[in-house]
Amino acid sequence: MFLWNLIKQDRGGQVLLALLALAIIIVPILNSLPSDHPLHIPTYVVAVMGKYLTLALLALSVDLVWGYLGILTLGHGAFFALGGYVMGMYLMRQIGDRGVYGNPELPDFMVFLNYDSLPWYWTGLDQFWFAAIMIVLVPGVLAYVFGALAFRSRVSGVYLSIITQALTFALMLAFFRNEMGFGGNNGLTDFKDMLGFNLQARETRVGLFVASAVALALGYLLCRAVTQSRLGKVCVAVRDAESRSRFMGYRVENVKLWVFTLSAMIAGVAGALYVPQVGIINPNEFSPLNSIEIVVWVAVGGRATLYGAVAGAIFINYAKTWFTTELPDVWLFALGAIFILVTVLMPKGIVGLLRRKESST
Amino acid sequence: MTRRILRQLRCMGLLTLILLGCLSSVHASDSDPILTEFESLLVSSSAQDRAKAITLLADSMHPETLSLLAELLDGNLFTFRGDSHLYFVPRHEEGRIAERLLDDEKITIERVRDFRRVAVNNAQRTQIRRVMALTGLNAESSATRLQAVRQLMRDVDDSTITLIEDAYPRETHEKVRELMSVVLAINTLASSDNEALKRDAIDTLAASLEPRARNSLVQFANVTENVALQELSQLALTKIDQKVKFYKGLETLYFGLSLGSVLVLAAIGLAITFGVMGVINMAHGELIMIGAYTTFVIQQMMPNHIGMSLFVAIPAAFIVSGLVGIAIERGVIRFLYGRPLETLLATFGISLVLQQAVRSIFSPLNRTVETPSWMSGMLEFNPVFAITLNRLYIIFFCFIVFFALLLILKRTALGLQVRAVSQNRAMARAMGVRSERVDMLTFGLGSGVAGIAGVALSQITNVGPNLGQAYIIDSFMVVVFGGVGNIWGTLVAGMTLGVATKLVEPWAGAVLAKILVLVFIIFFIQKKPRGLFPQRGRAAED
Repeated sequence: MFLWNLIKQDRGGQVLLALLALAIIIVPILNSLPSDHPLHIPTYVVAVMGKYLTLALLALSVDLVWGYLGILTLGHGAFFALGGYVMGMYLMRQIGDRGVYGNPELPDFMVFLNYDSLPWYWTGLDQFWFAAIMIVLVPGVLAYVFGALAFRSRVSGVYLSIITQALTFALMLAFFRNEMGFGGNNGLTDFKDMLGFNLQARETRVGLFVASAVALALGYLLCRAVTQSRLGKVCVAVRDAESRSRFMGYRVENVKLWVFTLSAMIAGVAGALYVPQVGIINPNEFSPLNSIEIVVWVAVGGRATLYGAVAGAIFINYAKTWFTTELPDVWLFALGAIFILVTVLMPKGIVGLLRRKESST
Repeated sequence: MTRRILRQLRCMGLLTLILLGCLSSVHASDSDPILTEFESLLVSSSAQDRAKAITLLADSMHPETLSLLAELLDGNLFTFRGDSHLYFVPRHEEGRIAERLLDDEKITIERVRDFRRVAVNNAQRTQIRRVMALTGLNAESSATRLQAVRQLMRDVDDSTITLIEDAYPRETHEKVRELMSVVLAINTLASSDNEALKRDAIDTLAASLEPRARNSLVQFANVTENVALQELSQLALTKIDQKVKFYKGLETLYFGLSLGSVLVLAAIGLAITFGVMGVINMAHGELIMIGAYTTFVIQQMMPNHIGMSLFVAIPAAFIVSGLVGIAIERGVIRFLYGRPLETLLATFGISLVLQQAVRSIFSPLNRTVETPSWMSGMLEFNPVFAITLNRLYIIFFCFIVFFALLLILKRTALGLQVRAVSQNRAMARAMGVRSERVDMLTFGLGSGVAGIAGVALSQITNVGPNLGQAYIIDSFMVVVFGGVGNIWGTLVAGMTLGVATKLVEPWAGAVLAKILVLVFIIFFIQKKPRGLFPQRGRAAED
């Protein structure tokens, strides 16, 4: 079977997919147990786990361009947030007239800001199929345009990283403006339901968790397919010796462009699944700090190993949740220390450590 | 003949009396009739008497008029329950000294309630201000006269106009004359019927940049029925508006240069480190912040010498930030040699640690850094163009630092080694240059310059743990735009970006201007991927 061939030699991938399959089956069952049962998983925990899974998908997309293609992107949060905003806009339209101002057409913040009608870029977003297409298209188009400009001019290395950071910073400034029609600094929130299902209901949350797990699994398989294919091999060649690959006749710019765009689309899907589980999307998702954090997840987990990115994302986000509840003042110290230690001492991340242990025994 | 002698004698007597009155000081003799009268009127409880007191003092042209009225306006004159005298009480607190106005006798305030402030209502305030302005017209210093005319401009009526008309021929100072003529012209335009006079008035007002001059022209143009005069005033208005636009343009340029100089200061250290080592130091913003906090600490340590504090802070900040930079280089970056992207991440981690450390040691709130007195204030060229001194000093400071760095890079041995290593590291090493040492010193130099930038920034912005974050993206943009081959590139890039941002701001607003500048840089990079002044040489390619 094609799918089996993909992960035949990938121990880590097999473990990951097995765990995901297990989670998809067990978590809903455990959640539906009565709340005093010792094995009961509360619904909010399910939501948090679902959130981690979407962030893992995001890390996967960054690993695809960084680990396999060598592009250090410090602005991938922009694509994540754009996907999230599209989903947010769909969910805002779903509120209908149940908002505070009771206007069936306009979301609350637009009534508040004296808009008379829906701006043109909100049209069609009350249909889920259109929103789904846009979730993939909007980040993809932005990535394509940006990539076409950047890669064609052979901007690379540190300059490219700075430019991606500029991109996400500019988007953050833009989305913070109240005049843009995206909710300004308050963002989009107060969502009621999605596809007819109430977002606060237990079943919807479990459903979203399952959807995130499925998305992660599919994303993993997709990335694996790309990296195991010929395209993947060319990517690695570009990463390691760009000029040489170019001289051998490979179209380096096109390779970079397509993989970058694909990665952005995956990030957009991750964002779209993130928003209904968290309940809000605001311009802070565009901040450069968020984007740089994603890179740290991948670095900690292990670059160029897709399951490593997933592991790193879940590990760091869990640490963040723990630190910010128990020792909030220490969190930034810890995060900074993780950055430094991982880059200096563990260039291959946790996965690299495990592998070294394996090969030495 | 006797009558004449008598008259002369009377005049002389009066003159002597006046002379004596002028020569004697307020507090010296208690037989000063005017002041005694003033006092008795002022301590009375009737508001009318108080108004009379003010008029009395004004008409008498007493030498102490201005200062007494100023004290009255400030609320420093009090009555004492024990007697009916006026007291001068600068601090109305127990234990303080109250000085009797007429004869300097001092009493200590035992009970605060024994002294009641002499109150002035709004009408009296207006009266006092006007009297002060009118007296000010004849003051010694031209600044006082100018202030007096400006004050009178606010409530123009017949008596003030007459006074100004009297004072005008005697006036010698250029600026005061000009302002007086403007006031007279405003009055003419509003009240005269003579067309020729009005024409002259319009011409005078056209040459002035005072906002009131423009307002009176606008009012006149709306009200008048004389078509010729209306056209003339419209012309005058156009002339004024053109001049105002010109000066506003100058002001925008000034702000642009100021912003540019700040950007250059912030970015130049980054450009040097990146040029030599190929490392983007994400902790650069925090090094700037450390310099700003050093200034704060120095000011805490020498609170009575704020004027000197900056001169101490500059070398201190250089040393502190430089040492932190060297520590970062030796501790972390050295191990990441040849991996610029990892270095970027590691230095980002360092920036987080530094931010949180500062937040814990000082507080998360902003701290106040005072501006020394020689740096505060404004230079006013005309009513529409004024520049603040602190920004002017920072522009000069930026150029001084830039030329100092240029000197270091071109004339010292270290500078030669830095340039060699940044152009071709392997060859420099082959020639005997110790590149690790050069790396360390370069990083220290770049960080030290960041610290100095922090000292400058502390004067114009809030000093808090997030100071670095605000400037790091801008510093990157300057480095990316200017290229790293040459620090002239950083200067040009910084100034260009500063002026460009300020030019776009009036149309688009500050946020959109920043976004447009960022987008412009993204597009610019397509054309010149290595910046305006890229590194030259074969080894410059990866």
